[in-house]
Amino acid sequence: MDFSYSEVQQMLQDSVQKFVSKSYDFDTRMKIIASEEGYSKENWQLFAELGWLAVPFSEESGGLGGSVVDLMVMMEEFGKGNLVEPFLASVVLCGGLVSELADEDRKAEKLGRVISGDLMLACAFAEAGSRFNLSKVATSAASNGNNIVINGKKIAVLNGPNADELLVVARESGTETDPDGISVFCVPPATEGVTVRPFTNVDGQKSSEIDFNSVVIPATARLGEKGNALGALEKVADRVIVGLSAEAVGALEVLLRKTVEYSKTRKQFGTSIGTFQALQHRMADMFIECQLARSIVVMAAMKLDSAEGQREKTKAVSAAKSRVGKAIRSVGQESVQIHGGIGVTNELDVGHYFKRVTALEIMFGNTDYHTERFASL
Amino acid sequence: MNAEFTKQELAFQDEVRTFLQSEFPKDYRSKIDANIRLSKEEIVDWQKILYRKGWAAPSWPEEFGGTGWSQIQKHIFANEMGSIGAPEPVPFGMKMVAPIIMAYGSDEQKARFLPDILESNVWWCQGYSEPNAGSDLASLKTSAVRDGEHYVVNGAKTWNTYGQYADWIFCLVRTDNSVKKQEGISFLLIDMHSPGISLKPIVLIDGHPEVNEVFFDDVRVPAENLIGEENKGWSYAKVLLTHERTNISGVPRGRRRLRSLKRLATETDDGFGANMMENQIFKNKIASLEIELEALEYAELRTLASVSAGKAPGPESSILKIVGTEIAQRIDEIFVELAALQCLPYVPEQFEDGYQGASIGIESSASATLTYFNNRKASIYGGSNEIQRNIICKAVLGL
Repeated sequence: MDFSYSEVQQMLQDSVQKFVSKSYDFDTRMKIIASEEGYSKENWQLFAELGWLAVPFSEESGGLGGSVVDLMVMMEEFGKGNLVEPFLASVVLCGGLVSELADEDRKAEKLGRVISGDLMLACAFAEAGSRFNLSKVATSAASNGNNIVINGKKIAVLNGPNADELLVVARESGTETDPDGISVFCVPPATEGVTVRPFTNVDGQKSSEIDFNSVVIPATARLGEKGNALGALEKVADRVIVGLSAEAVGALEVLLRKTVEYSKTRKQFGTSIGTFQALQHRMADMFIECQLARSIVVMAAMKLDSAEGQREKTKAVSAAKSRVGKAIRSVGQESVQIHGGIGVTNELDVGHYFKRVTALEIMFGNTDYHTERFASL
Repeated sequence: MNAEFTKQELAFQDEVRTFLQSEFPKDYRSKIDANIRLSKEEIVDWQKILYRKGWAAPSWPEEFGGTGWSQIQKHIFANEMGSIGAPEPVPFGMKMVAPIIMAYGSDEQKARFLPDILESNVWWCQGYSEPNAGSDLASLKTSAVRDGEHYVVNGAKTWNTYGQYADWIFCLVRTDNSVKKQEGISFLLIDMHSPGISLKPIVLIDGHPEVNEVFFDDVRVPAENLIGEENKGWSYAKVLLTHERTNISGVPRGRRRLRSLKRLATETDDGFGANMMENQIFKNKIASLEIELEALEYAELRTLASVSAGKAPGPESSILKIVGTEIAQRIDEIFVELAALQCLPYVPEQFEDGYQGASIGIESSASATLTYFNNRKASIYGGSNEIQRNIICKAVLGL
């Protein structure tokens, strides 16, 4: 048993930490969010040069062959910096799907460009009626000779506005929740019939709703076998969930640290508010929540890296997302509460971390969803 | 990073498991499963079985008859004990007074007291809390006045667990009133059979007289029973209070209880033609607790790994006490919810050893409320959970 970081993990951690402390202060972040892309292209190139974009991919695909624990280490630091660059959406989620589904040639071509920072991807999977169920896909993909015709409406497409290519999850057969019949297609957003409605999420990250109106693409745009993509989607989603849970752990620790610091300096009734036991115990509880959240994410990351069966892995992931979700609610809300009025203003970073973790609690299944999924396994 | 046991550790786990399967008496096991209390003789008998195997005191150093186990081995042992429901040795001698005697006692005291503790020949109890000194323990008033070769002790101790069984009591007593309250306290060992000691049972809300008030009326205690130096008792006790803060989370016991809860739930009608394990709200509650235990287990393993790496168990371990007790109490609540009307009968005597009357309530359903009531103590004793939060604030958050 050993919970210490390897040398590589420490280097990864240092590297992200250095970047955040040098180049990602509050004002910089707000400027990036206000820019048209909503992320910094320079940063993205830098991430590529630092090798971060290569971490999740196998060495055969030109990646660094990083483990889920490596991803966890990195994402925690992303969370501390509250980075808006679409690493999870484009690299972990979409890159992961390509890596699971695509044939060798396409894998090499696409992942090479993801790793070099030249290809931005977005995955259109969620729909208004799907809630958190990955197998609930109403968007249809009908064969027409050598072509596929896609019809449907997608929501919550993270990084949608900046994507060079969309990975569209669509149904080729079966009923709406049939686990079989789901495929993933590469669709350039400029294709006729694709309408992207871009917007910014509460956490400052770019997202979009996308309509597909009789969008015609060649059948070769399908990644992997026909109708057999759900397993890959679920597997990649599990990795994304551990990544975003680790990000939440990082963000929650910042919230705890900032709240404790603030309570030591903020004076009321002639003394710092941190001397009030009513607040002290709530901060002790925030600390406990952070520790439990961290512990369960470590557990889930190690399980995904292990030789355990799929059921055990899925259970571990749901346990982590559920538990981290609870920590997000309590630590997020308490940090705002203890900061008082300043905590609900736009000018302080605390509110922005609160917004980010709130989004993380919802994405890829909220606390209730994952508690129920855990219970059903 | 990995949470795996080594081959040797796995072999050790097997050895412990096999031993417990064959040597933990079957009738004790079924009593524990039915929530029936073991008698004093049974508890001592079990501890002597562990003693004969050499496993009575995993946390003791080898020179005093301990096991010499690594932190991981101790963890494995505690895990296996908890999974099968085998009681840990009563902590007062083995885990509480013995480490103090080892650290601060004289050679004579070590030779006189430690072997009998290890062998479970002598039952110890604790004399810390007083009617007016609970969480503020250092404000205790029981006095010990030196008179020649004796101390004369007067006062009262409370929340004394199983003093009715005890041969000896270790006490914090006031030996100096003129200094700061922490600086006038001494650590004294007192023979429970001394003239002037009397016991008044305190019946808890579950009907069981598990604790006592202990009164000292001019009790003469030989001065040789003082541990260490006079007026240094508080610093000794403080060490004890943070002692053994790993393996305290109760994860294996929690898992065992959830297993039996789930089994009971499948046998419990929901009143609408299904069983309670098919009730989504109930199922999710159990799932939440299983998830909570998972998080706690890894929090404990992380503490354990850092202790194994040579770091002292920090105040972070207060987490284990707070979360461990709170989860146990939530499990208590779910047993009550599941038992519903079956836990309303108050027949505490049916959970005493040797009860001959009719049993009321299906299986152990009627014990659900009793356990729930009794176990409210868990967040109060051992440094209440509020005190634990104070420790976190002071030592971790720097507040």
